[in-house]
Amino acid sequence: MTRLAWADTMDETLQRYGRRPEYLLQMLIHLQGAENWLPPAALTALAGALGLPRARVEGVAGFYSFLHTRPVGQYRVLFSDNIIDRMAGSQAMMARLCRNLWLSPGQCSEDGLASVDFTSCTGLGDQGPPLLVNGYAIGRLDDARIDAVCELIRQRRPLAEWPPGLFHVDDNIRRRDALLAAQLRPGQALQAALAIGRAGWMAQMTASRLRGRGGAGFTTAVKWQACRDAPGAEKVVVCNADEGEPGTFKDRVLLNTCADLVFEGMTLAAWAVGAQRGFVYLRGEYRSLLPALEATLARRRAEGWLGRAIGGVAGFDFDIEIHLGAGAYVCGEETALLESLEGKRGTPRIRPPFPVTHGYLGRPTVVNNVETLAKCCLIAVHGGAAFAATGTAQSAGTKLLSVSGDCARPGVYEFPFGVTIGQVLEACGAQDTIAVQVGGAAGITLAPYEFGRRVAFEDVPTAGAFMVFDSSRDMFDVAHNFVRFFAHESCGFCTPCRVGTAMLADTLDKLAEGKGSPADLIEIEDLDRVLKQASHCGLGSAAPNPVLDGLQKFRPAFERRLMHADFSPAFDLDGALRRARQMTGRDDAGAHLPQQAEPPR
Amino acid sequence: MSRPTFLLDGQPVAFDDGQMILDAARAAGRYIPHLCWHPDFPPHGSCKLCVVKVAGRHVSACATPARAGAEVESDTPEINAERRTLLQLLFVEGNHFCPACEKSGNCQLQAMAYDLEMTTPRFRHFYPDRPVDASHPEVLLDFNRCIYCELCVRASREQDGKSVFALTGRGIHKHLVVNAESGRLADTDFSAADKAADICPVGVILKKRVGFAVPIGERTYDRAPLHELAMPKTEGKG
Repeated sequence: MTRLAWADTMDETLQRYGRRPEYLLQMLIHLQGAENWLPPAALTALAGALGLPRARVEGVAGFYSFLHTRPVGQYRVLFSDNIIDRMAGSQAMMARLCRNLWLSPGQCSEDGLASVDFTSCTGLGDQGPPLLVNGYAIGRLDDARIDAVCELIRQRRPLAEWPPGLFHVDDNIRRRDALLAAQLRPGQALQAALAIGRAGWMAQMTASRLRGRGGAGFTTAVKWQACRDAPGAEKVVVCNADEGEPGTFKDRVLLNTCADLVFEGMTLAAWAVGAQRGFVYLRGEYRSLLPALEATLARRRAEGWLGRAIGGVAGFDFDIEIHLGAGAYVCGEETALLESLEGKRGTPRIRPPFPVTHGYLGRPTVVNNVETLAKCCLIAVHGGAAFAATGTAQSAGTKLLSVSGDCARPGVYEFPFGVTIGQVLEACGAQDTIAVQVGGAAGITLAPYEFGRRVAFEDVPTAGAFMVFDSSRDMFDVAHNFVRFFAHESCGFCTPCRVGTAMLADTLDKLAEGKGSPADLIEIEDLDRVLKQASHCGLGSAAPNPVLDGLQKFRPAFERRLMHADFSPAFDLDGALRRARQMTGRDDAGAHLPQQAEPPR
Repeated sequence: MSRPTFLLDGQPVAFDDGQMILDAARAAGRYIPHLCWHPDFPPHGSCKLCVVKVAGRHVSACATPARAGAEVESDTPEINAERRTLLQLLFVEGNHFCPACEKSGNCQLQAMAYDLEMTTPRFRHFYPDRPVDASHPEVLLDFNRCIYCELCVRASREQDGKSVFALTGRGIHKHLVVNAESGRLADTDFSAADKAADICPVGVILKKRVGFAVPIGERTYDRAPLHELAMPKTEGKG
């Protein structure tokens, strides 16, 4: 790598994306490939070439976790930090890697060879603990695999020469139902929908009662109809493949095993709303799926299922391009996703207007989840009524669950809606379960007395995460992990979420250190209320969920950490001397103040 | 034809179709607190101080269209307590030392704290490390007081046509940057005559050599409270 490797990549980057500002994020990702980080001069040059203010480019580069405006190692190792990964031993794996490479987390090695840090859930909860090395996932870490990774890094072997087995990711499909058992050939669903005409196809979608699988559960046909009726000729279909909710990975499996269904679902949506452009917004953590997805798109173009006059229908022109995310959970929120797709910071928009009327570049846009789109193929082939015949009254069809944690068989389970928590626990071989987190960090924590509840929009809604905790786990640690996740992922736009999530995380840190007092629990409840009520988007309003559920259902886990005082200050007198100790190189007893706080538990 | 109305704390407020709650209230001479909202710009909705309660939901008055017959709660103990908490979060997030700040008396954050009877910061201070930028001959940037209302960002982009300011980073690490590779204001085309130079509601953008031209005690919010001065002067009552 030469000093100005980025300069060599600049022309290619600009050419590839046609100097269009809405591709700014894609260009930054591409440009970063040259040196692993974005030097200040590169940002200046890119801004100049695009005619954008440099500050705007810096603003975007600084927003995404996977873009670096300061040097990082030639090998950038990120350990997935979901609670499930911690339970699988991620911290010990990170410590081993750091020890092997003489590194400390968050710092780049002196020779610039490697840097190590944590990252939010990478979507390998069923085969962890996992890490990402320069964006590519390695799962099932153990001592031997960590040592192998360290050796490859020490030898400075290019990633392309690493043993492919290291990067093998399992699908772990444990239960198949309507979707995962479907054997549709490419184009089959489209042919069926084209045969009944646009209106007929919309009628089938309406009859299916399909609701969005991303968590919110909005009725898909209503969304499509609103987009179709919205003024504006250029309509857009977006597939939300930014599966960032901690503990979910079913979209990864869908994209890996039935990408055709997902792309075909997008094409079916385009047929319904009259769209010509489609985007898949693929989370950066899944970039290893990109080549196969691009190949599938190319094949579908060659087969006539994408491009001009699809299925021989004159005027039905539609194509799909894939955009990469770069480590920002908030971009799973549909308006933040659209901002990101336009090459901006992923800040959620003010709604209304909604994307169906003002979406990508102000055009009417439908944003659907990966699973929702795949299900459309079943509706096209078997009809809306057949689809609506399974599931529950308000939740038609099946749901893919990403099961992880304390169970014998983690992986993807497809169940009809209405399945009870207990049935899923039995299927995955969970024993001695004290809690299940359904719907990810933003979801709901269920205690054993609730295991009779059902997975359905009208009872326990979920985007797909199903994390299992047995009696060896401490539910305070779970809430603590999720709250830190939200603080890390807050976009920082609105006051309650930006400051509130950081304050909440700090307060739980204080409890974790055994320095909490009853006053802190009151403070936590007040912060929870402000977050829930005043936040700009769902991230902030969901952020207190794990703590609210934890305090309600697992209160002893929190109270165990309190000192027997009404109040104790957060200020850590001994901690304040940390810097002085560091500077003087001392860590003996005389350099510490006597500890008065009780140790945790 | 009579205009539709909604109820703001029990009193009817007339509005035009599409008008936001905050705009309609102002036009009717009714004050709803705000920091990031400004009459010259579209609603931003980030500070959340204009939070009101409509049908049980807490929404931003600046970005929520008024609806006929809606009951809007604003000046209530519940909503004011929520605003106070938001103010306290803003105070501990940055480094706000009012007695030593040359914006004291002209600062909307401070004036609102008085208005909403905030008596303590309550939360633990974050004490972020935010060096000042004194490079520009006419203007000092003291990032310690930034509340991320983005008014300077918007004014510079939309009114001055310069885009001198932008936000970068994320979450609690979000921060203001200027349009120069050096990161110094002196290396941008910023001028004290810019609209953006006069728009900061707090004490980030400070003109040099005039900081104490008006003594403390005789400043804007020393003379009248924010909820009076924030209202339009000449607009008719709705």
